[in-house]
Amino acid sequence: MRWILLSVVVLSAVVGDLLQSYEMKEEGEQSGSAPGLIRVLRLVVSRRYLILAIASMAVSFFAFLALLQTEPLSFAVPASAASFILETALAKLVLGERVTLRRGAGVLLVFGGILLVSR
Amino acid sequence: MTAGATRTAGLVVFITLLKPVSNLFLAWGMRHFPSAVSLNPLFYVNAVFDPLVASGVVMQIIWLLARLSLLSVADLSFVLPVTAAGYGISTVLGRVFLHEQVSASRWWGAILISLGTGLAAGTARETTFHKAKSAAGGAR
Repeated sequence: MRWILLSVVVLSAVVGDLLQSYEMKEEGEQSGSAPGLIRVLRLVVSRRYLILAIASMAVSFFAFLALLQTEPLSFAVPASAASFILETALAKLVLGERVTLRRGAGVLLVFGGILLVSR
Repeated sequence: MTAGATRTAGLVVFITLLKPVSNLFLAWGMRHFPSAVSLNPLFYVNAVFDPLVASGVVMQIIWLLARLSLLSVADLSFVLPVTAAGYGISTVLGRVFLHEQVSASRWWGAILISLGTGLAAGTARETTFHKAKSAAGGAR
């Protein structure tokens, strides 16, 4: 059961982030100011992919809570951090982002750090 | 640094700090409730009315919107490592405000995350084609 839940946590987080990134790239530059954030909120409730993204993130969140009911935090956090690696790979393959050696090394260091922090 | 890069850097700092602070409020608020996991949804509805938990939830919503805004100007593969500094900041906040015990390996983890964040932050924030469809009044 732990692996099924973990897969749901990771995959739904990955899908959620990819959809968010795709839709926001399509939408173009948005401001981080208060009116800008209100406009982003309007986007969230009107754009199909963003609604799907939020739903995916909700699935990931509740699956993570379910995972925490049966597994220790020291397993759940580092295991779900696998989404970092998967998302970076898919950002390159699906979104066409250029993941340089330096950026890839940064992601790996962060992943290693998360493993240590959650021990 | 261009105006766009400055705006992006400001947004990164805001997002990176807001997440651990919101987590701190949630953790603080949840300490007012029994530590056993409840299957009763009403337990969580009640928890949301706790002022500290409510503040944490509002901050999480603002964090989500600000992150979406950041994703409109930066790659996902840039945003992920750069905003991960929040994991390290959570460690510090937990130690300082909640007086949690932090082991040596956690401190090393926080250092490793900071190094990874620094490395990724030095890369171009956007490497894909970006639609110039800037929203009216949206991009400032």
